[in-house]
Amino acid sequence: MGDKPLRWEAVLLVLCAAVFVAGAATTPGFTDADNIGFLLLDHTAVALLALALLPVVLVGEIDLSVASTLGLCSALTGVLWDAGVPFETIGPVVLLAGALLGAVNAVLVVGLGLPSLAVTIGTLGLYRGLAYVVLGDGAVTGFPENYRPIATDAVPGTFLPFSALLVLVVGAAIAVVVHATPVGRALYAIGLGEQAARFSGIRVRRIKFALFVASGLLCAVASLVYTLRYNTARADNASGLELVAVTAVLLGGVSIFGGRGTVLGVAGALLLTAGLRNVLLLNDVTNEVQNVVNGLLLIVSVLVPVAAGALRARRRTAPAAVPAPVPEEARR
Amino acid sequence: MTHPRTPNRAAAATLAALLLLAGCGSTTKGSAPTADAGAGTAKADPNAPIKEGLKVAFLPKEIDNPYEALMDRGGITAVGELKGEGKEVGPSDASASSQVSYITTLVQQRQDAIVIAANDPDAVAPALREAMAEGVAVVTVDSDAAHDARRVFVNQADSEEIGRSQIRMISQQIGGRGKIAVLSATPNATNQNTWIEFMRDELGKPEHAGIELVKVAYGDDDDQKSFQETQALLQSTPDLKGIVAPTTVGISAAARYLSTSPQKGKVALTGLGTPNQMRQFVKDGTVTAFALWDPEELGYLAGYAAAALASGRITGAQGEVFEAGSLGERTIGEHGEVILGPPTTFDAANIDDYDF
Repeated sequence: MGDKPLRWEAVLLVLCAAVFVAGAATTPGFTDADNIGFLLLDHTAVALLALALLPVVLVGEIDLSVASTLGLCSALTGVLWDAGVPFETIGPVVLLAGALLGAVNAVLVVGLGLPSLAVTIGTLGLYRGLAYVVLGDGAVTGFPENYRPIATDAVPGTFLPFSALLVLVVGAAIAVVVHATPVGRALYAIGLGEQAARFSGIRVRRIKFALFVASGLLCAVASLVYTLRYNTARADNASGLELVAVTAVLLGGVSIFGGRGTVLGVAGALLLTAGLRNVLLLNDVTNEVQNVVNGLLLIVSVLVPVAAGALRARRRTAPAAVPAPVPEEARR
Repeated sequence: MTHPRTPNRAAAATLAALLLLAGCGSTTKGSAPTADAGAGTAKADPNAPIKEGLKVAFLPKEIDNPYEALMDRGGITAVGELKGEGKEVGPSDASASSQVSYITTLVQQRQDAIVIAANDPDAVAPALREAMAEGVAVVTVDSDAAHDARRVFVNQADSEEIGRSQIRMISQQIGGRGKIAVLSATPNATNQNTWIEFMRDELGKPEHAGIELVKVAYGDDDDQKSFQETQALLQSTPDLKGIVAPTTVGISAAARYLSTSPQKGKVALTGLGTPNQMRQFVKDGTVTAFALWDPEELGYLAGYAAAALASGRITGAQGEVFEAGSLGERTIGEHGEVILGPPTTFDAANIDDYDF
């Protein structure tokens, strides 16, 4: 680590700081504790979905069904609540359902060896469709006020919402697993070369299976937060959010081909997009322009590492005697 | 209260813990405490001046919806007449949650009033309640939110008037006798069913004794399905005299079918439609008259209601009266509801005066 002239995580943190400083300087109300709280709250679901995606992308797979899984779990929450099931039972049932939905992806991808892109585009449609089958186009509301504060309120005396705290805890847990355990090292190894990883004794299939299940489980957590936050269970909940989550993951410097990326990078990307969105909203910038800004950011984030790589390659070929090029990533 | 849980790869442990937890508490739909209404006790002062430089934000269901854009234009005009500052902001999709961050943003911007057409009555309610707690005047227009999450709801027309006027229109067009059918949206659409109920009631009156309602068909607010249902109605009832389609999707699909069928001009069609959708069918003689409220006037009324509410002239209590510019005075009804008035009827003579 650290042998790159410019780490993407550092760039993101600088951009974050720039957005927050500019926001504070130009936009009244931006630095209000309430506003910072809302800013974090608005991004909770996206953050959880992005964290669900991160390990999957690290091994070179993708899960595009995250937002649909959230929608189906939310619909299920609604149906159960409407039927008079206690919320204390609904919670675990929905988490189990999320894990099962993830397991379906896992069976198709790992068990049958199908490409995850095709499989999860399929389940993206399938799970969203099932959400409508389960709940119809109505909405269930009136979720218990003794649980709703988990998703809506700030920790007393601070601006930090409970749900942002949840994101922090989940993020920290994933960071520990990814960056400080043998399993984490295995993720990078699989992402860089599945064959090599398998030959070196890594249980590739088992790990991938677990990642899809964990992704489904995290989506279920996100669905509970989402349903309680907006106090509504609908089949169209979080529709389209998978793209925002994928954007955050890629903007965070995670390689879509796997093997490269950090939790810190994704956290920086989430904070950047959350801050930017809030500043733009407060300045009445229309949605279309916001989409343009986000689209450009994503393209830049994919472009910069490629450009930087090309630059390094040219610099390295300049001196005559160079040892055989070791892939940069493999050394990190 | 439970603490947020940390799902990680030890999924089984987490689940086990949660299942254990499941055994402990029991919060069910009936037993759960619900949101506090937080109704204000403020008194209205009908003579209070309209505040200088009122900032009123209009939050449509989605920003690219032409109907909503027209409504908000009317509202911004109203705020302008009161020397205030009106603006329209909103999401580009009509999902349940997308309006929430706009509401919190508007509160941060210290707007005096928010006029919202709610996508989901309950999803926006907590944010609107918070806005009211911060002293923002909240008015809903066209599509209501939970009653305790706003002070005033500006509604198009009362359901009874919409239902009865449709029958009066079709009766006039078919000369008071013959078989008619209704082409509705979905079988469980609340507003449609209420209107149809009042239509049936109106048909029970002696002056409509010659009219027989033979069928209610459902086009599910889908263009193709409505088109096919129209075709089926004409085939199953060859002596059908008229169709009432109280949905903008239904009426335009039915008009499209009729305009190229031999029954054009022989089977009357009326209902609720927008002038832009229906213009060509009025001009080619398929349709003589149909109705809809003017969305711009609806927004205009909401703009005045918001200004009156933000200035303390009204509180949203039943019986309060406020001035609404060129629309004259309006009285607040039950549950803070204000009604625009009977829908506007469009025909060959006036259709070119409208663009929506």
